Amino acid sequence: MDLLTLARGPGLYWAVTIFVIGVLWKLVGIILLRAKRDLSEPRNPGTWRGLRLILTRSWPRREFLQRTAFTEVLGYTFHIGFFLALLFYLPHVLFFEDIFKAVLGVNFQRLFGVPWPYFSGGVIYFFGAVSVAALIAVLIHRIASPVKRLISNFDDYFSWFVTTAPLATGMLAYSHVGAPYQTLIAVHLLSVELLLVWFPFGKLMHAFTVFLSRGTQGLQFERKGATL
Amino acid sequence: MPDPMNAHNARDVTLGDYLAARGVSRRAFLKFASALASLMALPPAMGPAMAQAMAQAKRPSVLWFPFQECTGCLESITRSHTPTIEGMIFDMISLDYQETLMAAAGHQSEAARETAMKENAGKYLLLIDGSVATGLDGAYSTIGGQTNLSWLTEAAKNAAAIIAIGTCAAFGGIPKANPNPTGARAVSDIIKDKPVVNIPGCPPIPVVITGVLAHFLTFGSLPELDPLGRPKAFYGETIHDRCYRRPFYDQGRFAKTFDDEGARNGWCLYELGCKGPVTYNSCATVKWDGGTSFPIQSGHPCLSCSEPDFWDKGSFYKPLSVGQWGNATTLGGAAAVGIAVGAAAAYSARRRQDKIVKGE
Repeated sequence: MDLLTLARGPGLYWAVTIFVIGVLWKLVGIILLRAKRDLSEPRNPGTWRGLRLILTRSWPRREFLQRTAFTEVLGYTFHIGFFLALLFYLPHVLFFEDIFKAVLGVNFQRLFGVPWPYFSGGVIYFFGAVSVAALIAVLIHRIASPVKRLISNFDDYFSWFVTTAPLATGMLAYSHVGAPYQTLIAVHLLSVELLLVWFPFGKLMHAFTVFLSRGTQGLQFERKGATL
Repeated sequence: MPDPMNAHNARDVTLGDYLAARGVSRRAFLKFASALASLMALPPAMGPAMAQAMAQAKRPSVLWFPFQECTGCLESITRSHTPTIEGMIFDMISLDYQETLMAAAGHQSEAARETAMKENAGKYLLLIDGSVATGLDGAYSTIGGQTNLSWLTEAAKNAAAIIAIGTCAAFGGIPKANPNPTGARAVSDIIKDKPVVNIPGCPPIPVVITGVLAHFLTFGSLPELDPLGRPKAFYGETIHDRCYRRPFYDQGRFAKTFDDEGARNGWCLYELGCKGPVTYNSCATVKWDGGTSFPIQSGHPCLSCSEPDFWDKGSFYKPLSVGQWGNATTLGGAAAVGIAVGAAAAYSARRRQDKIVKGE
C-alpha cells in the first residue's frame, strides 16, 4: 500500500472515527458533569441574556486593547485564513459535500438551493500564506514573551504544529514543491489526520468548548448580577 | 549484402537497409528519430545521431510473452493507427515469439521460443505483458503445460533486459486487484537480478514502447528510469501538469456532470473524478491515435491506469480529494461510542464527587 492510498483510505477512516469519538466523549463528559450548587439568591432569575458573553468575550475590551492588539489581530488572521482555506477550497468542498450527502442523504445544493461556494486555488493559497505567516508570528511571540513561555507546555506547541502543518503542506501540494505531487498530497492528508486525532485530546478542543464555557460563565455572571 | 526483405536473413541486415527496402526515405526516418529524441527529452543533436545509430543497428531478438493479460497492450501497438515508422521499427526487431502475431502454433511456436533463447542467450530482449500468477506455484496461468512463472524465471536468466509492457506486467494491474485470487504479481516483484523497464498504462502509449526500443537500439542501454522503473522521459510529469484543461483548474472552472455547461465548455474534470494530478504518463502530450486525442480531451476523467493498484483506489468517478472516510453508519457508530464513553466518564466523575462529599 503506497502512502497516498494509506492516507486516503485507512488513515482517513481511523482519524475521522477517532475525531468523532473524542469530540463527543469530551463534550458529553463535560456537559454531564454535576454542576456546583449555587445557594445564593439569583439576581436575574430565568434569563438567558448571559449568553451574550460568548460574543462580548470574542472582542477585546478597550482597557486592554493596546496590550492585546498584536495577539488579537494575528489570532483572528490565522483563524479566518484557516477556515477560509478549510471550507472554501474546491477539493475540500468536495470532501465535505461527500460527508454532508452521506449523513443527511441529500446534497448541499439540493437542500439550500445554492452550490457550496469556493475560491480559486490562487486565492486560497494567499489565505494559507497569510495564515502561516500569522501562526509563525504568534509562535515567535509565545517564545519571546517570558510570561507566555512560562505558561506554555507541550500541548501548546504541538497544537500549533498540527494546525500549521496542514496549511503548510497544503500550500506545498498546491505548488508541487519539494516532492512528487502524490507524496505531497499524502503528507498533507496525514497532517490533517494528525490534527483530527490530536484535536479532541489537546487544546484544539477549544473550538467546541470555548462557546460552552463562555456561555456557562455568562449565565453564572448573569445570575450573580455581574455586568457583562 | 543479404536481401533485406528476406525474412530468413533479416536479422543480419541493418535497420537502415531494411527501411530503405520498405520504401522509407532517409528524410522520413530522420524526422522520426528527431521526434523520438525530442519526446525522450534528449538534446536536439541526438536526433541525427539516433537515426545514424538505429540505421546501423542489427535486429535484436525479442521474445514477447503474454501472461495474465487481455491483449490490449498488443492491440495498442499494432492497431492504434495505420502503419507508421513505429510499426516498421517493430518489424525491424526480430520478434521471435509472440503467440498472437506468430503464424506458428503448438510445438512449433515453443520450438521457436527455445531456439531464440538458445541462439541469442544474453542478448535478447524479453517483453512481458500481463501479470504473473504465483498462486498454487503459478498453476493459475499456464502455456503449453508450463506456468508463466517458470517461463519468466527461465527466460529472464539470459535476457539482456526485460520490458514490462502494460500496467499488469509493470504493477500487477487488474489481475492483482483485490482479492487477487491468482496471486498475481508484477514482473519486477519476481525478477530482481535484471534491469526491468516498466511501461505501464492500460494500455501503454505505443510510442513509449517504441521509444524504449529505439533507445536500446541506439545506445545499447535502457533509458533513465524513475523510482517505479518507468522511463522518465515519458513518465516524468503528471497528466494534470501537462493537461490543456489545467488553466480551468487554476481558475476554479469545473464540469459538475458529464453533460452540463462546464463539460460542453471543456472545463476541468477534477470534480468528476479525474486522477490526472496523481498520474504520471504522457497521454496529455503524446496523445493517442497518432496524436489525435486522449481521454480527458474526449471528456472523460483520467482513471490513473498507469499507476500501481489503480483498480483498488476507490471509485473512478469520486473526486481525488474525497477520501475513504467511511459512511454514515460508521460515523453514527463512532458518535454512539463517543457519547457512551463521555457518559461513562461523567458518571465516574460524579461517583468520585459523591465519595468526596461523603468523606470516604
